[in-house]
Amino acid sequence: MSAGTGLEDGAVQHAAQPGAAQDTVAGAAATPERDQPYAALGLTAPEYRRISGLLGRRPTDAELAIYSVMWSEHCSYKSSRRHLRQFAEKAPPTDVLLAGIGHNAGVVDIGQGYAVTFKIESHNHPSYVEPFQGAATGVGGIVRDILAMGARPVAVMDALRFGPADAADTRRVLPGVVGGISFYGNCLGLPNIGGELAFDPCYAGNPLVNALCMGVLRHDDLKLAAATGPGNQVVLFGSRTGPDGIGGASVLASASFGGGGEGAKRPSVQVGDPFMEKLLVECCLELYAAGLVVGIQDLGAAGVACATTELAAGGRSGMRVALDSVPLRDPSLGPAEILMSESQERMMAVVTPDDVQRFLGICAKWEVPATVIGEVTATGRLEMTWHDQLVVDIPPGTAADEGPVYDRPAARPGGQDALAADGPARLARPAGGSALRSALLQLLAAPEAADAAWVTEQYDRYVRGDTVLATPHDAGVVRIDEETGLGVALATDGNGRYCLLDPYAGTQLALAEAYRNVAVTGARPLAVTNCLNFGSPEDPVVMWQFTEAVRGLADGCLALGIPVTGGNVSFYNQTGAEAIQPTPVVGVLGVHDDVRRALGSGLRHSGATLMLLGTTSDELGGSLWARVCHGHLGGRPPAVDLAAEQALAGVLADAAGQGLLAAAHDVSDGGLGVALAEACMAGQAGATVTLAGDAFTELFSESAARALVEVAAGREAEFAGLCARAGVPAAVIGSAGGEELTVTGAFSVSVAELRRVHRGTLPALFGPARSGEQA
Amino acid sequence: MTARIGVVTFPGSLDDHDACRAIRLAGGTAVPLWHGEADLQGVDGVVLPGGFSYGDYLRCGAIARFAPVMSELVPAARAGLPVLGICNGFQVLCEAHLLPGALTRNAGLRFVNRDIRIRVEASGTRWTSQYTAGQELTVVLKSGEGAYLADEATLDQLEAGGQVLARYASGNPNGSARDIAGVVNEAGNVAGLMPHPEHAVDPLTGPSADGLGFFSSVLAAVVAA
Repeated sequence: MSAGTGLEDGAVQHAAQPGAAQDTVAGAAATPERDQPYAALGLTAPEYRRISGLLGRRPTDAELAIYSVMWSEHCSYKSSRRHLRQFAEKAPPTDVLLAGIGHNAGVVDIGQGYAVTFKIESHNHPSYVEPFQGAATGVGGIVRDILAMGARPVAVMDALRFGPADAADTRRVLPGVVGGISFYGNCLGLPNIGGELAFDPCYAGNPLVNALCMGVLRHDDLKLAAATGPGNQVVLFGSRTGPDGIGGASVLASASFGGGGEGAKRPSVQVGDPFMEKLLVECCLELYAAGLVVGIQDLGAAGVACATTELAAGGRSGMRVALDSVPLRDPSLGPAEILMSESQERMMAVVTPDDVQRFLGICAKWEVPATVIGEVTATGRLEMTWHDQLVVDIPPGTAADEGPVYDRPAARPGGQDALAADGPARLARPAGGSALRSALLQLLAAPEAADAAWVTEQYDRYVRGDTVLATPHDAGVVRIDEETGLGVALATDGNGRYCLLDPYAGTQLALAEAYRNVAVTGARPLAVTNCLNFGSPEDPVVMWQFTEAVRGLADGCLALGIPVTGGNVSFYNQTGAEAIQPTPVVGVLGVHDDVRRALGSGLRHSGATLMLLGTTSDELGGSLWARVCHGHLGGRPPAVDLAAEQALAGVLADAAGQGLLAAAHDVSDGGLGVALAEACMAGQAGATVTLAGDAFTELFSESAARALVEVAAGREAEFAGLCARAGVPAAVIGSAGGEELTVTGAFSVSVAELRRVHRGTLPALFGPARSGEQA
Repeated sequence: MTARIGVVTFPGSLDDHDACRAIRLAGGTAVPLWHGEADLQGVDGVVLPGGFSYGDYLRCGAIARFAPVMSELVPAARAGLPVLGICNGFQVLCEAHLLPGALTRNAGLRFVNRDIRIRVEASGTRWTSQYTAGQELTVVLKSGEGAYLADEATLDQLEAGGQVLARYASGNPNGSARDIAGVVNEAGNVAGLMPHPEHAVDPLTGPSADGLGFFSSVLAAVVAA
């Protein structure tokens, strides 16, 4: 282990030779006719012409590298930007946002002087090409986003979607992705508190790997990505720069996979070093505490190009950088490659000249290499030199903020009405107790509803000692303050089936479910993040799905009174002409005044009253039952009623705060039947329920705005009164206890059998039963 | 005066924070120790916490054993200072030859995080006096290289000498020889445990409070000494 000095220690490889003659600013002005590979870098001819127009000459190779990555779909949001404005335009009045959309991550005031920052981001394309490193570096990237806001990262979650569970390629991709998340997140010491696992043929070839990170800070600790103060020094610290991931943003994340195979793209995936990231986290937090950071930016997609342009643009200043002072792992790299490299575990800070030595000293303590590579100027230009020759001279805002904005054509697909007309009414419904019992077991064994322990047991959920709830509960709950019990709840949800049937309603259902999942723990929902996974924006049908989804989310957040704090768009999730189902994944953050009052989903007390809150209608379009038992997807998704969601959430928070409930569980995928089974398994207890209406509808309908609750003994009347006052329908359906789940007049099934069926699926598909497994 | 228990932070230590909290909850004073300083600050006992010291590169614990703090810790441990290595800390103690055997990759080849039961076998040590022999505890296992291995002669010797600290009692989760979850040196002051008692000190944030006894045991031992 070499003990880094924090300064250049001689072991670092520098590009000692100027190498081949570089394309300088002067050279570019003198050779306007030279051909440049803009198309290979993902830029269109009009975009290339616009760059030349902005600069008054052709770009140098290094400038072209900067614009190609900064104007990529991934970094510029050029197809989505005009739609995403709705999140700000329709934002509900709120005073909880300390930093909103446009920063590395949104920052939310949770009270007692604390703030929480959280964000979810996709790493879909790299995770298909190289599942292990692709998923690992997805965790690393989102953690640095959170760190860059001045926060200590305290938890992660992952929303994962794969092709058919029994497909050969899924057996390559899923274990790799899970292994990568496990490797990186565990080594970083961040508890993994939940997420999603779903399977559908539409994700074969386009798995969705969406990683969420949450961090905690005091209000005063907020850091922004702005290079201010001419003369201040620009420090690059963390890992050395290598040739990995060059052009990842433009090449991988901004283009569909063609038929040519993934081999050509393999070098674009980065390789992660979680140990370095752990050192970087602790180092940054010590630097923040010492007050040595004027501005900071993480290096993610587009590496040094992105960090320098965004810092300079954010500070409305200029910056001068000596690219040849960037410490390299591969001395053959030239300026364009250094700018585009996506080497992991790097940060860039702006530091006053007086603080540079102390800054480097703290980096040395943590064995994090750190190098001064430039300084802030008052020129308003981003200038970069390579062995004293000027190779970049641009206005930074033109790369960071003034990228192209497209109004892509959107068209409702011709088949949308036929899809809606093909409802589940024609599907044969199980009749009689034995058929209902079989259907329930079939749903519990389906990969998308089965116990995800094969995945989640590979993640550390206990580290840091503040995890109050994690998988399989509806939301992860983390304690923030040990004295007061202040904490937060986090959940992510998405449902591609609902969104295919109706992207507007489907997105609102995803929002409503995440909102409800936070609420059933007793938390008050506060803010939203999102990761919008779609096919190619160049396909008008995809663009229609996208615009509907964004409109649905913005309208939904306004109705629920919780703002969108930031998010991420992932386009081009398609192979050839086949796009994935539109899959917006919505994350909701809620606050617990005291996590000691948080509710889990498992039944707790024998004899306790079970109640169903909300209204059940015959709503099976896009349901788990239609898919698993009939392979059917058609009709209308369940109706959205955001006022009912709000009323339900209010009741749950009040009831939890007053100690009226012992447990609460969201009713969604698979309906009340699956919810009851999950509550029994989580609590290792049985239940007996009597259903009023048609047993099939009661058990498998996916009507929204519902929850199953166990009422605290002796508090039944109080709770019923609370529901009545809030206008939330509440029906006693039975009681907890015994060793079987019994639906009166229909069937009984032992909790042991539920567990056996529920647990068996993933180990059978992805690996031998866990050693030491007990029946 | 409460006992002062040091918790070493190596680069890549993760559960240092949790070990400090467990010591505090047991009534002791936690003293952070830095890997790069050959100074134990006069502590009454030391916990080497879980994590991935030095990224677990080369071999788990193999680099940490050469840290400056270890140059003080090893002779102190040989002289009787109570030392508990948890997970990665256990690996460090084996690499430092303060405990016999080695920890290798789990039999299932995957990282395992699970609530498990262990049975305390040796209750006469500095770290287990608050338990009774045969007592079962619910604690947390979370490790990728947790399979305890030693040659048969060493295992026999450990059994005969009462040096098996604890065994897995709800199935063997990682392929450890003879279900061994933890061992202790002959003198009873240096213990290694693969599961995490510091994650089982409060039912709010762990599966039980059963792990607190390891920390209250060492505090009692220090007061008695």
